[in-house]
Amino acid sequence: MDRFRMIFQYFQSNSESVMNGICGLLALASVKMYTSFDFSCPCLPQYNMAYGLGIMFIPPVILFLCGLILNRQSLVMLEEWRRPQGRRKKDLAVIRYMCSSIMQRAMVAPVVWIVVTLLDGKCLICAFSGSMDPEKFVGFANVSAVQVQQLLAKVPCKDDELVRNNVSSKAVSRYLRCWSQALGWSILLILIIAAFLARWLRPCFDQATLLQAHHWSNYIDIEQKIFEETCCEHSRLFAHRCILHFFESMRQEIKLHSFSLPREREAPEGEEDLLQGITDQDQVNKLLKTWYYEKPPLDVSQAAQR
Amino acid sequence: MDKFRMIFQFFQSNQESFMNGICGIMALASTQMYSAFDFNCPCLPHYNLAYGLGILLVPPFILFLLGFVLNNNISMLAEEWRRPQGQRGKDPAVLRYMFCSMAQRAMIAPAVWVSVTLLDGKCITCAFCTSLPVETLGNASHPHLSPGEIQRVLARIPCKEIYNGQQLIANEVAVRYLRCISQALGWCFVLLITTLAFLVRSLRPCFSQAAFLKSRYWSHYIDIERKLFDETCAEHARSFAKVCIQQFFEGMSTDLVAARCHLPRKAPVDAGEAAEKLLGITDRGTMNMALKSWHRCKPPLHLHPPALPTGNGWAGEGQPPTHPSAPRRETAAYYSWV
Repeated sequence: MDRFRMIFQYFQSNSESVMNGICGLLALASVKMYTSFDFSCPCLPQYNMAYGLGIMFIPPVILFLCGLILNRQSLVMLEEWRRPQGRRKKDLAVIRYMCSSIMQRAMVAPVVWIVVTLLDGKCLICAFSGSMDPEKFVGFANVSAVQVQQLLAKVPCKDDELVRNNVSSKAVSRYLRCWSQALGWSILLILIIAAFLARWLRPCFDQATLLQAHHWSNYIDIEQKIFEETCCEHSRLFAHRCILHFFESMRQEIKLHSFSLPREREAPEGEEDLLQGITDQDQVNKLLKTWYYEKPPLDVSQAAQR
Repeated sequence: MDKFRMIFQFFQSNQESFMNGICGIMALASTQMYSAFDFNCPCLPHYNLAYGLGILLVPPFILFLLGFVLNNNISMLAEEWRRPQGQRGKDPAVLRYMFCSMAQRAMIAPAVWVSVTLLDGKCITCAFCTSLPVETLGNASHPHLSPGEIQRVLARIPCKEIYNGQQLIANEVAVRYLRCISQALGWCFVLLITTLAFLVRSLRPCFSQAAFLKSRYWSHYIDIERKLFDETCAEHARSFAKVCIQQFFEGMSTDLVAARCHLPRKAPVDAGEAAEKLLGITDRGTMNMALKSWHRCKPPLHLHPPALPTGNGWAGEGQPPTHPSAPRRETAAYYSWV
């Protein structure tokens, strides 16, 4: 039991750390994904906005869902929410607490993606270059409407021949990047201030309920882990007894059919016990064949009574 | 049994992590394979589609099969599926659970390959460059180009060095367009797969938790039982071998005593354990004979009780290995009346 206790103490103290670790790994993965993703704006009037906003918002949804899937506690929370009441009341505060902690952790990676995207600027330039007001930029003021749309749409593609040496397109690009980075830093600042306030002001509001909810959510988590471990232990013992019972019944069958001499000398006793009375090739083959063709029933009550 | 218990707890608690680890390694291997693969679009009208779609779809199929092959539990599933019913009923829910969990893990590496391929864009560019909407993207007003010619020109889009249709449609425009479509498809595919995974994982506790717990328990049980049976058989084989070899040496020693009229127990009493372990074989000639006999005439797979002075395979070559000898049967028949 000592070993069990050690293992569960480890799980208890570390289930938060494990979840935080997964959260951090997902955030790093999101940065890595962004840097290895080859952003390639289509530079066509109708497609730019869809592409730019798509790259900004679809991966965060994916990362959020991944954060929920990889978090073991979300399953625990769902089970607790959906279980029949039975003889144990359900405490909604605990479920709410678990839900909020899961959501907070799952939101880190999407926020990291959005912030990195905004700070880099490519997405916003791609999405909104077509919506710029051409009057503000000298090079686009005297061009026809259709052409100006085409030109503006090509601004994100710096190497395109139409805009390669166009000063105004560089101006548009800088302007949009400036807005994008400002937005990115503002969002980061707001989120950090919100997180700071939430952590600082939490003890001012109903700390007792919070402590209870934290305790019981830990409890539910550990209870489920211990239940799984106990089931494993139980199935191991069940299998052990089932197999011993099988060998025993084979030995009796062999005794009935083969008239072998009862042992006259008990040497070497340890080995004889381990051999379980099965001492020749045919008997072993019969045992193996019976194991395949007629597995013993899942009922060790007879063995237990012995 | 303590050692067994520790080993099985390790396997049980880590079986899922072990399978997840293999799954993750295969996903990484699939990205590595893609980046190491030298994609070479043929740039010919009908071959492009076949090549592009082939690279998109054939490796995932291979990775899926590999995912099953590398999974140890596939043989367990097959065995449980095909065994005769015997005294133990078969539960299809357990088989379904085992198959589903294996299939889910096997699908990860193919999904990674398809996503990476779509997000990279080369395959779709190669496969669909001949279907570009030339009217919207380029100048369709090239009267001297027949549709076949246009196809041939478009097919060379992925191969920039030989592309000769700059007037028809600019290479960069076409590649950007196709890559944009490919990346959109890629992200949508990843979103779809992630949503499916999320739904599968989160709807299960809402609907069939009790059945799930039952299937999971019995599938773990089948796995543990199989491992434990293998361990028990290995232990039995070890003991069988030990007793068989011991009886062989004892038989050898007895035969030698009978053949050479050695005086028994000449060794001093205080030689102790070492002398016992020598099993009566104390010189080179005898050892050589023992080894030769072990090679030429292995003893039968039949451990007899040591009281009867029958020779084992040493004295009688070609002795039938499985039937007890006649005198023993007579004696046994007498005893069975008691």
